[in-house]
Amino acid sequence: MALVVLRNLTKSFSRDSQPIVVFDALNLEFAEGSFTALMGPSGSGKSTLLNLIAGLDRPTAGTVTVGDAEVSSMSLGELAAWRSRHVGFVFQSYNLLPVLTAYQNVELPLLLTRLSKPERAEHVRTALEVVGLTDRAEHYPRQLSGGQEQRVAIARAVVSDPTIILLDEPTGQLDAKSAAEVLALLQRLNQEFHKTIIMVTHDPHAAAAAGKALHLDKGVLTA
Amino acid sequence: MKIPLIYNIRSLLRRPVSSAMTALGVALVVGVFIAMLALANGFKMALVRTGSPDNVLVLRKGADSELSSGIGRDNAAIIAALPEIATGADGRPLASPEVFVPVNLAAAGGGGDRLVVARGVTTQAFEVRHNVRIVAGRRFAPGRDEVVLGTAIASLLAHSAVGDTIHFGGRGWMVAGHFSSGGSAFESEVWGENEQLMPVLRGQVYQVVAFRLANPALFDQTRRTLEDDPRLQVDAHRESEFYAAQSSVLRIILNFLAVFITGIMAIGAVFGAVNTMYAAVASRTDEIAVLLTLGFPPRSVLASFLAEAAFLALVGGLLGCLVALPINGIVTSTTNWSSFSQLAFQFMVTPGILVRGVLFSLVMGVLGGFFPARRAARIPVVEAIR
Amino acid sequence: MRFLPLVWANLMRHKRRTVLTTASVALALFLFASLRSVVTTLQANGEVGSESRMIVQSAKAITFFLPRSYEERLLAVPGVQAVSFALWFNGVYRDPKDFFAQFAVDPESYLDVYAGDYSLPPDQRAAFVRERTACIVGKRLMDKFGWRLGQNITLRGTIFQGDWTLTIRGVYREIDPIFSEDALHFHYDMVYERYPRWVSPGWYVLKLKDPSLAPQVASFVDSIFKNSSDPTKTGTERAFNASFVTMWGNVSFLMNSIGMAVVFAILLVAANSMMLSARERISEVGVLKTVGFGDGLLFRLVMIEASAIALGGAVLGLGAAKALFRPSGFSAMGFLPGFDVTAGTLALGLGIAVLLALASGLVPALNAARLNAVQALRHVE
Repeated sequence: MALVVLRNLTKSFSRDSQPIVVFDALNLEFAEGSFTALMGPSGSGKSTLLNLIAGLDRPTAGTVTVGDAEVSSMSLGELAAWRSRHVGFVFQSYNLLPVLTAYQNVELPLLLTRLSKPERAEHVRTALEVVGLTDRAEHYPRQLSGGQEQRVAIARAVVSDPTIILLDEPTGQLDAKSAAEVLALLQRLNQEFHKTIIMVTHDPHAAAAAGKALHLDKGVLTA
Repeated sequence: MKIPLIYNIRSLLRRPVSSAMTALGVALVVGVFIAMLALANGFKMALVRTGSPDNVLVLRKGADSELSSGIGRDNAAIIAALPEIATGADGRPLASPEVFVPVNLAAAGGGGDRLVVARGVTTQAFEVRHNVRIVAGRRFAPGRDEVVLGTAIASLLAHSAVGDTIHFGGRGWMVAGHFSSGGSAFESEVWGENEQLMPVLRGQVYQVVAFRLANPALFDQTRRTLEDDPRLQVDAHRESEFYAAQSSVLRIILNFLAVFITGIMAIGAVFGAVNTMYAAVASRTDEIAVLLTLGFPPRSVLASFLAEAAFLALVGGLLGCLVALPINGIVTSTTNWSSFSQLAFQFMVTPGILVRGVLFSLVMGVLGGFFPARRAARIPVVEAIR
Repeated sequence: MRFLPLVWANLMRHKRRTVLTTASVALALFLFASLRSVVTTLQANGEVGSESRMIVQSAKAITFFLPRSYEERLLAVPGVQAVSFALWFNGVYRDPKDFFAQFAVDPESYLDVYAGDYSLPPDQRAAFVRERTACIVGKRLMDKFGWRLGQNITLRGTIFQGDWTLTIRGVYREIDPIFSEDALHFHYDMVYERYPRWVSPGWYVLKLKDPSLAPQVASFVDSIFKNSSDPTKTGTERAFNASFVTMWGNVSFLMNSIGMAVVFAILLVAANSMMLSARERISEVGVLKTVGFGDGLLFRLVMIEASAIALGGAVLGLGAAKALFRPSGFSAMGFLPGFDVTAGTLALGLGIAVLLALASGLVPALNAARLNAVQALRHVE
């Protein structure tokens, strides 16, 4: 069953009054429970695609649908609320708030819900357990290694049990060992917890960990 | 190796809003500082300048102001006969017996009455008291109900133009002219002839006898002569010291205010500068690393950031001077509680005050920039490059 | 609220900056409250006085005396219930800096005319009236100098030459500020005795049968003495006090102007601080928006942060001013008796703090709200 559907998706923008087309009438579907790697050279539009799916950006034409929600036509306010419940986003540079502990960083998406403090605590503990960092809950990002930071970021991404998990070059700043840990975690999330994952990457190891790989070149899908 | 100042100036311009706000904060502090100093200076000039070390004021024993003193005619004559008194060009002793009494006069603009000093004088007063010159009209004519007004008080009273009539003591007095006295307290007074004022006001008694010493060095001797005379019961004061002491209370208040207000404001401005400079250092760690890698020693980096803070503060200081300058010459008045009467004086901005304002801004800049500059100099190159 | 830990964490990110900015706000508001209190104290002192009392002074100037013989004639004026008189002594106690008001009065009639405006134990009142060299002082003055009942104090006369030794026989508390605790009252006769030839009352106090009679009594009294050698100027007690306040001149204007400069300067410091913080957090705003924090929420969070600094500083600064002046008995060397920070000043100070929060937080808050998440994440500071 298709969870994420992109129909006739077109995105272009102008830089110095020169129009740049990222994709033109792209059609793409992601099945529920799939783990897809999006690959391609830089500038191919992979990150833009991710942003469009997450509702962080609007297409020039075409539609983006995630589950029942037509993301491309929702207002900014609706998108924010929708994102908090349905999307878990992981960045290449982790992007944890340095002033908050690991626990508090993971808790962030839950602050937007109506859950009480004890209820939030339960979800956070669970998320930290899944990524294997329960003992680091009270540490600040500067006290964690790169791999650990990324795992906290993943915990933050899954804590509200989102519909999709989007990752932008998650292993880009990690050494081989940490990268392998993170990828193993993602596989577990996909196979054990049936999470739908779309991962942008140019790391072949990461692509291998995913179930499926798509290639994007100049906005066009190739095998 | 010194880092060129242009680097600092350009860096400041890269954060125009933040730099401008900090400079403006310093400007405000310096502006207020200059205003308060100018106020105190004008006040000091008005009272301290009023007296000369060559002149002696004789008052009744124990009186701390001309207001509470009383010297009879006979005693005044005895005092005026002292050999130590200088002689004028006409051969008469330069001694001036005077009546001193505050009177109610109508203020300009319908603001009710003001207490103003009316001083009864003889022609000798214009010689004995320093710097007194008629600047409009003429002196009062003897035997007439006429007065002359000091320029400062004339601007604050109603009906004070030359030729107008003012009222006090149950009579009308024609304003024959205006006089100036080098910015001293006399400019806040109304002068009239002794003989005319005495019957109307206090009676046949003077308040003070002022005279010029032929030899100023003989002051102590003269004072002893006067104070030891059992007929007189008087105190003798050097005119300059007397008026300086009169102003002491208000001067203490003004000085306290100046220190209190500017001190607190300055601390606030310095805090603002500290914040700005720390943020600047934090955002330029990679630039600093480059400078260090190139071979500039850490103390150059420290000096550079200190200079940046000082420069910013200096701009603020100059701006503050500009802003404060227009207040120069504004006349204000308050009550000199020693004489219980209005004292009008001007804000007086001097080059010395402006220089102090600028120096003050530099001090604030250096204080504010010191710790951030030290932080900048201590950035480990390795850390910064990462 | 659940977001408070996030706001707090952001404030604590740069502890030094937050502390310095809050301290600046506190200092500025302390200064503002102090300056404004000069104005309010002067105003309050100018509004003291009863509607049913009038002051008769010399029309020439307040520094002139009135004849003792006027007492009888004033008693006969229709509408006047009681008459008393007083003399401004202006003595020096220890040092001119220790200035306080001293009145030489006619004890019984003066205490009667001001009955109800002070509280004095009857035995102390009797002792004061009985003894010519006795005096009564206000409680604040007593505490300030650490005097004791029965103690002798010496004043050095300036208008009235010589040393004057008085015995403290009573301590009174003020019920109405007209009878100030920062004052001393002693016997007029003591001064008159020493200089019978020229001492006479400085002013007369009239107690009216009915306050509405004031205008008639004033014109009647002044008309009686108009052509004498000591004409009078009669007015309500309130007008009399107000005239002293105007003698200060432009002080109020000066204080208000400086107060405004102070407020403006502090505004710059606080706004600058908020701006610096905001600039550093652009990418974080992007992350929060990605996580799902809405524009409105981010706007509110920034405003809360700005408010915390402004209000925190306000509480510190205004609180310090309030707690400092009155209890320490500060009165600017006696010129500003009853110096205190009024509720109005506190309210004004809080209002400024609110304005400060708005002014310093509005632009960064709007920027955070309008920030495009994608661009923010790409932003490198």
